[in-house]
Amino acid sequence: MNILSDLGIVYALLGAAVAVLFAGCGSAIGVGIAGQAASGVVTEDPSKFAKVLIIQLLPGTQGLYGLLVGFITLSKIGILGGGVADVSVTTGLLILAACLPIGIVGLLSGISQGKTAAAAIGIVAKKPEQFGKAMLFPAMVETYAILALLVSFLAVNGIQV
Amino acid sequence: MSVLKMQRISICALKKDRKAILEKLQSLGVLEVDIAVGGDSVGGDGVGGDGYFRKMDTAGQKAGFERAAAAADQALDVLERYVPEKKSVFAALEGKLLIGRGQALEIEENRREILRTAKKICGLDREHAEKLAEAVRIRNSIEGLAPWMSLDVPLKDSATKRTVLFPGTMPGGTTLDSIYEVIAEKAPDAVGADIRLISSEQSMVYLAVACLKEDAQAVEDALRSAGFARPAQTWEKTPAEEREELEQQEKTCAAETAEIEEQIRELSEHRTEIKIAADYYRVRADKYEVLGELPQSERTFVISGYIPQCEAGHVESWLSERYDCAVDIEDLKEDEEPPVILKNNPFSMNMEGVVESYGLPHKGELDPTTIMSFFYVFFFGMMLSDAAYGAIVAVVCAVLVRKFPRMSPGMKKSLKLFFYCGLSTLVWGILFGGYFGNIVDIVSEKFFGTAVTVPALWFIPLNDPMKLLVFSLLFGVIHLFTGLGIKGYLCLRDGKVMDFFCDVVLWFMLLVGLILMLLPSDIFASIAQTQIVFPGWLNTLAGILAAAGAIGIVLMSGRDKKNPALRIALGAYDLYNITGWLSDVLSYSRLLALGLATGVIASVINQMGSMLPDNIVGVIFFIVIFLAGHTLNLAINLLGAYVHTNRLQFVEFFGKFYEGGGRPFEPFKENTKYADVKEETIP
Repeated sequence: MNILSDLGIVYALLGAAVAVLFAGCGSAIGVGIAGQAASGVVTEDPSKFAKVLIIQLLPGTQGLYGLLVGFITLSKIGILGGGVADVSVTTGLLILAACLPIGIVGLLSGISQGKTAAAAIGIVAKKPEQFGKAMLFPAMVETYAILALLVSFLAVNGIQV
Repeated sequence: MSVLKMQRISICALKKDRKAILEKLQSLGVLEVDIAVGGDSVGGDGVGGDGYFRKMDTAGQKAGFERAAAAADQALDVLERYVPEKKSVFAALEGKLLIGRGQALEIEENRREILRTAKKICGLDREHAEKLAEAVRIRNSIEGLAPWMSLDVPLKDSATKRTVLFPGTMPGGTTLDSIYEVIAEKAPDAVGADIRLISSEQSMVYLAVACLKEDAQAVEDALRSAGFARPAQTWEKTPAEEREELEQQEKTCAAETAEIEEQIRELSEHRTEIKIAADYYRVRADKYEVLGELPQSERTFVISGYIPQCEAGHVESWLSERYDCAVDIEDLKEDEEPPVILKNNPFSMNMEGVVESYGLPHKGELDPTTIMSFFYVFFFGMMLSDAAYGAIVAVVCAVLVRKFPRMSPGMKKSLKLFFYCGLSTLVWGILFGGYFGNIVDIVSEKFFGTAVTVPALWFIPLNDPMKLLVFSLLFGVIHLFTGLGIKGYLCLRDGKVMDFFCDVVLWFMLLVGLILMLLPSDIFASIAQTQIVFPGWLNTLAGILAAAGAIGIVLMSGRDKKNPALRIALGAYDLYNITGWLSDVLSYSRLLALGLATGVIASVINQMGSMLPDNIVGVIFFIVIFLAGHTLNLAINLLGAYVHTNRLQFVEFFGKFYEGGGRPFEPFKENTKYADVKEETIP
């Protein structure tokens, strides 16, 4: 019995970790960037708190998408249910690969969306009535995280364990 | 589903009725004053040309009213600082006060008195600030005196016949010995200089120096070389007496401050009056601004502007019944760009805010609100897709709208929008079997032993995501085709048959052909998991449609170019837009993704909550996790659904036919901030 052939479950778990970890980091950085801009606006005009908070939250969704894929993966390989499934090396690597899109796209799009959100907060600071438009720019970035989520989700869902 | 038709109304009336007419127009709020064009035509009418009509200079009055409004606002700010108004969490929803005509008149009568009160409040606030500054100054003096307390003579230079005494400070760590050393070295002639250390701190030593008059200069110079400095402030009495006096002053100052605060508190009962008066002045300032723009002759004045057609008749009959005036209503000229008001059915009007945030329809464009509103609610529900969340959103919005009837119209529209979106979410949740994710399964299994599942009315997306993906894209295609269809309608309406054929029909042919070619293919079969087989003639037709459409687009897109090579090149470039269509359709996959996100994260929360064993602690833990988790999930997914529904409308749908850029209707009206006057019933 080779230790390498037992590693299937490890790869699978690594996949879940990659999804949650990178997407979560992306969101954390993004929300952080936007939060700095939001704090600046609120020091000047506390009444804009609710609006800038909403925009600050926009880059937070990548983390949730990562969590979603991670959760699906965990329940797929049985770690959540209690009975750990017997995962072959191939299946484990397949799951790892399936988790990569949301992990990597989540990281990068989270950061970009954070920067866009910070700029959008600038719009709200100067022209609060343009809130609707300001909210749209960060949402454009998120499209690609959604596409990655879809592929990751469909792939994990489709792999037979 | 329309933009209200605007007309131009021009009123020429006698000056003696000016005040009444202007105030009536202002309270009706249906006229956007636009003199520029009207003024020209008035001047051109002959009687004396431009010289006949003059504009009145009202800048002075206007500024006076604005100053008064600002003073009242400032007084309200002051009151808010000293006596904050008790506000509920929902204060933002309460909207403006509503007062009767009688109360408004009463306030108008007493406005000078109220303005005086407002100014008094502002004055008291200034006094209060001064008192506070004085208190700080006194406190500083007391602290400055502290080190000198053991000195029992006044803190200043004093002299007897032959000696002088002067106080001062030296750097920290200086000792008596070192001071005497310095004097001995630098002023050897000075005899009998006596130094008394009053007190010493880390950084400073306080001392009093007594010496002969003739030696004073030499001693001081010697000490200066070692860092001696006179105190910054001198006092007439001994420090102890001075302090007592200062403390007395401090007490008086505090009492006066309290007195001022009390006075302001007493004046705060006038708050409502001041608010109404502030609005009065604001409204009058607006009136004088308009008045300043009106052309006036010796006896008459002219006002002109845009008015919605449905209001024009009322205003005309109202005016001509009461006053000697000439009212002229005419249709707009071709090149005029009128302001825009949207008019929609009671359901769709709630989505007007969404359209406004993109841009109002430009002249000649269709108001997209009605068509958009159905898609909007449909997509929103699909993205949130949880019955319980939908019910919560709908109930909360309904209760708020019912409870706060005076909220601002914009807020009311938004809440109603979310109410309908909540209903739609409820329906989609029932279709997909989502109630707080899978709460029913989890609770029944954990706390009651048997797993109960509420069956989905349609199917559970998590079990069959590909099916929902196909449906999402299908809804997307319908949405996009609707958009393209509207563009076709607009082309036909404007009589541009060629544009209709080239830009709409050809694209429909190409796209429908391509879709028909895609459906029987293996790619689609693997996505939809069913093989669709078309009869042979349909496959042929699909090919012909696609080919004809593509060729047509290549040939016709650049039809305004003469150069054939350029024309073909432009056509080919336009054909490249097919990738745009592809990405537009794929963009609708977010309907699936966001729906899944809501459901799966809700399940994660439920699963987390049910981790502890089934006992009292477990139940409490479950409830806490349930409340916190689902509140967060609902908030973030509500935000997501809102943003992405807007995006689908703005980018994908509007991109096909709508530009926006219209100017909102800004009528001459009573622009109040705090209180509205109840409309009298129109006699």
